[in-house]
Amino acid sequence: MSTAIALAASASTSGRRGYWSGVLKRFSRDPVAVGCTVILLVLILAAIFAPYLDLADPYKGSMIKRLRPVGTEGLPLGTDEQGRDMLARLIYGGRLTLYVGLMPVVFAFFIGAALGVTAGYVGGFVNTVIMRVVDIFFAFPSVLLAIAISGALGAGIVNSLVSLTIVFIPPITRVAESVTSSVRSLDYIDAAKASGGDAFTIVRVHVLGNVLGPVFVYATSLTSVCMILAAGLSFLGIGVKPPEPEWGLMLNTLRTAIYVNPVVAALPGIMIFITSLCLNLLSDGLRSAMNVRD
Amino acid sequence: MSETDTLRDNRDRGGPAQPLVLAQNLTKHFPIRSGLLNRQTATVHAVDGVSFAVHKGETLGIVGESGCGKSTTARLLIGLIELDDGTIVFDGDALGSAISLRDMRKSVQMVFQDSYASLNPRLTIEETIAFGPKVQGLADPLGRARDLLGKVGLDPNRFAHRYPHELSGGQRQRVNIARALAMSPRLVILDEAVSALDKSVEAQVLNLLCDLKDEFGLTYVFISHDLNVVRFISDRVLVMYLGEVVEVGPVEAIYGKQAHPYTASLFSAMPSMDPDNRTMEPPLSGDPPNPVNPPSGCRFHTRCRFAEDVCSGAKPALATFGNHPDHLAACHMHDPASGHSLAGAEASA
Amino acid sequence: MTDTPLLEISDLNVRFDGERTVHAINGLNLSLGQGEMLGLLGESGSGKSVTLKALLRLLPPKRTQIDGSIRVNGADIMTLSGRRLSSYRGGEVSMVFQEPALALDPVYTIGDQIAETVMRHRGIGRKAAMEVALDMLMKVRIPSPERRLKNYPHEMSGGMRQRAMIALALSCRPKLLLADEPTTALDATVQIQILLLLRELQREFGMGIIFVTHDIGVAVEISERVAIMYAGNIVEEGSTRDIIRDARHPYTRGLLSANLHNVAKGTRLEAIAGAPPSLETEPVTCQFAPRCPNALPACEKGLPPFFVPGPGRRVACLLENGATAD
Repeated sequence: MSTAIALAASASTSGRRGYWSGVLKRFSRDPVAVGCTVILLVLILAAIFAPYLDLADPYKGSMIKRLRPVGTEGLPLGTDEQGRDMLARLIYGGRLTLYVGLMPVVFAFFIGAALGVTAGYVGGFVNTVIMRVVDIFFAFPSVLLAIAISGALGAGIVNSLVSLTIVFIPPITRVAESVTSSVRSLDYIDAAKASGGDAFTIVRVHVLGNVLGPVFVYATSLTSVCMILAAGLSFLGIGVKPPEPEWGLMLNTLRTAIYVNPVVAALPGIMIFITSLCLNLLSDGLRSAMNVRD
Repeated sequence: MSETDTLRDNRDRGGPAQPLVLAQNLTKHFPIRSGLLNRQTATVHAVDGVSFAVHKGETLGIVGESGCGKSTTARLLIGLIELDDGTIVFDGDALGSAISLRDMRKSVQMVFQDSYASLNPRLTIEETIAFGPKVQGLADPLGRARDLLGKVGLDPNRFAHRYPHELSGGQRQRVNIARALAMSPRLVILDEAVSALDKSVEAQVLNLLCDLKDEFGLTYVFISHDLNVVRFISDRVLVMYLGEVVEVGPVEAIYGKQAHPYTASLFSAMPSMDPDNRTMEPPLSGDPPNPVNPPSGCRFHTRCRFAEDVCSGAKPALATFGNHPDHLAACHMHDPASGHSLAGAEASA
Repeated sequence: MTDTPLLEISDLNVRFDGERTVHAINGLNLSLGQGEMLGLLGESGSGKSVTLKALLRLLPPKRTQIDGSIRVNGADIMTLSGRRLSSYRGGEVSMVFQEPALALDPVYTIGDQIAETVMRHRGIGRKAAMEVALDMLMKVRIPSPERRLKNYPHEMSGGMRQRAMIALALSCRPKLLLADEPTTALDATVQIQILLLLRELQREFGMGIIFVTHDIGVAVEISERVAIMYAGNIVEEGSTRDIIRDARHPYTRGLLSANLHNVAKGTRLEAIAGAPPSLETEPVTCQFAPRCPNALPACEKGLPPFFVPGPGRRVACLLENGATAD
């Protein structure tokens, strides 16, 4: 996320401070977006520093302590169907889930933006080739595509990453292409051409700064989809493999316990829900903060 | 052919001074593609065989309604769109052979109508102005930008670091003018550059344009639909209709007596500014036709009340009108040989 | 009965609250007689469009503070709501917009749109409504109206669309027509056609029209009376003839000279310096004073009252003081 901001900012050289400090100011006035950012930061920091948090071992089960309810002494969030501490598993699970949820979007952002900007700015035959290929991928529902690629590559974290990246390149390319085409038709691009700037300079100075922002916002909104897809792949058994703690996988293994202890069984789902909701609201907040015209 | 006629006329009129720009037979057709296979289904005749000269130090006004090709002509002049046919000679050098587009662009700049869309919202105005000099490798682009801000009446200390959305429309248009001047151009094309401004601000910018023209020895091509503004700023006026030149001449000659019925209609469509003498009859009915598949012969014949058979059959050539040798119009009524019933009467009038 | 003015706006104030507060209308008083044609002239941000929106109660209630009274045919419209508001809009008062391409619904034919409005307001059947629509298209002089009824807005040219928009606005025989820069987006030769059409229709239907424009030439061409707005209030009002011949307010005079009518080449334009105020605070002094070439020290001390230099005229400028105060 921060790399993308830095990238978009560097495109506009010394102008970045004014514009981005304005965005930050508007963003900080939006209580919903700030709240979501705080929640996400807590989740991410907890996931990163999980080993230092003095938690129980997320892999160590106990046959006697299975499916304890929330609020049990020493087990604030209860235990799962193998008696493992849910709090520890949820926090450790955040590591994999967030990683698998965010990284494909980051990769897809760079690849998709590059493809889309190229297609949008160069136009003509290049555009036709890139966009038609993208359209082919678009013809499949993203879930199906992710399952198909993962199925073909086999289970595993790396393969999930690859398949999800492929799933998210087409939508990002499309958005980047359409934003680039509309920016390209604006007069300031013509003015820059008339000043003798070559295509590379114009893209660097005038196009990227105006395109990456909206594409970045769009990509943020995809991270929640990606997280859910990643969880779905694990749920189906073609993503992360047990006994790794991962929210989708936990949801899968706990589904048998839904009648015994519904609250505990729902916890991974609640985590997915909160995270994706926060990501969506964050992207909405970003979108309005980046709108300079108001 | 009409093109060669105007060509000879242009050169004869030019005298010893080489025109800054000599545009000959400029033609641009845009294909309209549709359907699954992107096949061309129609052609927009945006600019069709347009020839004219821009003399050094003058302001050439181009007027006409939407779809007449005035903006396309501007973009052809600055090389933002490629010519389908025709040549541009810039101060004696033919574009494409004697002078490259890249070199010509150093001398020709443009100011656009939409002051917001023509500024990059992510750059401060100082950076926007400095962009051109920077890519051309000129010394101290930022210093130059601040200098020019002062010249267009914006205090560099207050404005240099602002963003376009923090400026008013008039201020933004001043920035656009400064950006154009940053390349030290000889020719500045002003494409409806003051049309979007409020009237009181428009007058300020027009005064500024006049001052800058004197200070930097500029030549202007001023495109507008406002005949009052064109009269104020232009030396010569070019009237376009559906991609063609229908009349061209010195501003006093055209504003004194319009040779082409279309020009006359444009003038009588102007608000009268006299409540006791209001316009009672619209000079033309209907909208300008679409430049897709324009009418045959004289393109104005579908709306012209003097139209006769000859008008739809043959295309009239530009020919001198009245007693001013530079005043040309393309109308059969001024050509006794055309067979138009009013041809003799008009010519003697 | 006939004495009731068609429209009576008194002491209207409109303020937009948001990230930036804007005092868009400040103490506006305006009246319009039955069947009168008023030109409301002003530059962007002068509050002319906001006035029209307030008249139709189209301003977003959440962010807008409105006070003052607006009476149409004696009825207070600030209290209208629900059914009565919608029968007022489109029935008693209707509006023609600057961009007919945006104001007409692209997915319905012109005939459907007019008929739908007529059916809703008059409660007549579809067939009868279609006949009204056809009649309206003839009234706005659209060629081959039977065929045009079945056209979609995108199938028409700009001038035709504006005629269709006028037909739609007049289909319920409103008493008051609000025209918001209806000719600004049109070419000059089309603009004059629409102006003449509106003039004829006004005579034929006898409705009152408020014609908002930034173009003084257009205002002169169409209206009997002109009111000039600046910074959310009227600064000068009078018959078109008086305004053209003898403008009193320095702003009006500036606008007239900025129109460049018959200005010869090479003359220095008498431009009004500076830019309009941002209206972030409520005006307490003459808002034009900072740009005014003849400003007096007193201009910066308080709001100028209206002076009446002649019948049917008013000017909000202290320079008028000498002419009338004795």
